[in-house]
Amino acid sequence: MQQVGPEFAIRVRDLVVGFGRQVVLDHLSLDVRRGEILGLVGASGGGKTVLMRTIIGLITPRSGEIEVMGTVIGGAQDRATQKAASRWGILFQQGALFSSLTVRQNIQFPLRENLVMSQGLMDEIATAKLEMVGLSPEDGDKFPAELSGGMTKRAALARALALDPAIVFLDEPTSGLDPIAAGEFDALIKTLQTTLGLTVFMVTHDLASMYTECDRVAALADGKVVAIGPMRELLQSEHPWVRAYFHGKRSEMLQPKAS
Amino acid sequence: MTSPPLLTATPSGDVLELRPGGSWTAANVATLEALSNGVTAQLDRSNTVKVDMTGVRELDTLGAWLLEKISRRATRGGHRAEVTGVADNYAGLIEEVHQVNRHNPAPVCKLNPVVAMLNDLGRAAIGGTEDVSAFLQMLGSLFLALVGALRRPRSLRLTSLVYQLYRVGFQAIPIMVLITFLIGAIIAQQGFFHFRKFGAESYVVDMVGILVLRELGVLIVAIMVAGRSGSAYTAELGSMKMREEIDALSTMGLDPVEVLILPRIIALVIALPILSFIGSMAALYGGGLVAQFYGDMGPAIFIARLHDAVSVTSFKVGIIKAPFMALAIGIVACSEGLRVKGSAESLGKQTTTSVVKSIFLVIVLDGLFAVFFASIGM
Repeated sequence: MQQVGPEFAIRVRDLVVGFGRQVVLDHLSLDVRRGEILGLVGASGGGKTVLMRTIIGLITPRSGEIEVMGTVIGGAQDRATQKAASRWGILFQQGALFSSLTVRQNIQFPLRENLVMSQGLMDEIATAKLEMVGLSPEDGDKFPAELSGGMTKRAALARALALDPAIVFLDEPTSGLDPIAAGEFDALIKTLQTTLGLTVFMVTHDLASMYTECDRVAALADGKVVAIGPMRELLQSEHPWVRAYFHGKRSEMLQPKAS
Repeated sequence: MTSPPLLTATPSGDVLELRPGGSWTAANVATLEALSNGVTAQLDRSNTVKVDMTGVRELDTLGAWLLEKISRRATRGGHRAEVTGVADNYAGLIEEVHQVNRHNPAPVCKLNPVVAMLNDLGRAAIGGTEDVSAFLQMLGSLFLALVGALRRPRSLRLTSLVYQLYRVGFQAIPIMVLITFLIGAIIAQQGFFHFRKFGAESYVVDMVGILVLRELGVLIVAIMVAGRSGSAYTAELGSMKMREEIDALSTMGLDPVEVLILPRIIALVIALPILSFIGSMAALYGGGLVAQFYGDMGPAIFIARLHDAVSVTSFKVGIIKAPFMALAIGIVACSEGLRVKGSAESLGKQTTTSVVKSIFLVIVLDGLFAVFFASIGM
């Protein structure tokens, strides 16, 4: 969806987040452009998920400013944030599908809560979303416990996309998927991004999806964004952690020979 | 940013020209649904439908789907539908939506409500026999694990046993004492109140003593334990089952019954008689206090009357029942825990079932013991 509005979908300024005496994010600033796919990398326990949870208002920062689609985020209880949240879709690491509802009911849940529409139309929309993420209409009648890992991620993505959000937050979307399923998932996100004009904020460890999918990649180290840019710029980065990340043995194996 | 959605229909002869405009997005769904339903009659009447999308300012999946539905309805009757003026940035979305919902889902067969009710009844009846077999299976594997533990005493998880004993035994003492104390006091008060009319106050002590020692002490404590510790067992084992911890144990060559269930049930079998004893004493103490302050019967007289009224037999009858009740509670709690499936709802359901079943079994056992003791003259 093209809309007139601010150039940046997400703006983070001087963000400080900590727990107890530990500081996780230290004066972090980050901009996500409208319509791009931004990959966020960082060490395990380095604060990637914390950054994502802070942006969506689940963690209250110590200081700093966050703007998502022009709305200042003030915590999950804040009215403005809640209103803005209907324009986001979030894919949690474990899917976080409601286990007592079928997949179809899971997808319909945000529709039912936010909009007034007939049940028939709601069923059609849910089936449309299921097919768009590559599941069959019969899968809609299954319960989350009956789904495989890849199907759970797809179903969770369908729920995240239920309201046609402007921004989708993905927390390690391809972790735990086999390379074929991960590749398909990457292609799916890319397709949806181009057709629906989504902005995608993706926490990932998957180098392959960074090469194929992300418009830009941001590297998080020591609580700050130490490098940000297209993949080839990141490969040139001099920062020791970024070098270690992208020029380690595993990463070198995966690099396209042509570049 | 959003503008109200429009849909103008201009029929000219056999041709119906539709001009959607404004924001065809999910936020306007109520208006959009009314608009698209409003043109269906005209759609069926026209031979050719032309959709001119130049006026559409915003479009999302929902709007695209509604437009797609209009052109599908037009083509279904053998008519022609033309879509023109699609902005470039929406072409992909329109194409995507064009592919979906093509597939007719297999019809779900709906049962006649009476048949469905009978079906449920039948399933419940069969489920009852499954419950019995699950109980017996657990009893059997527990026995095997116990034999194994007796043969190789080192295989018994002593740390786990002591920890469970602390949880279901020691930590339960305050609440058990409080409840049984109150029950004892209430029975004594009711006794004095009603027996006074007949001048039979001294028999209140007999009533309290026999009732508490033979029946109530153990029954109340067993029901409390089923609610407090049985439910905890079910929930613990159930969430272990959900997180595949139990499968992990079996793949390491360990028997979940031996590692998880045996220590829990042994702990319960040890704890319940002790708790029943403490509970019975608390109930007698409650009765004694009421006797002193409400019934004007001093402690010395109360104790002397109690001495005459109850015998060791009454105490034995009560306390013999405790380990059996503990076994029933433990087996029900653990087998229900292992029946938990993947969802949070199933965990809740199984925990409820566990508590209801174990309380039911405790009362049934109490009844059977009453018949048994009566027939052997205890």
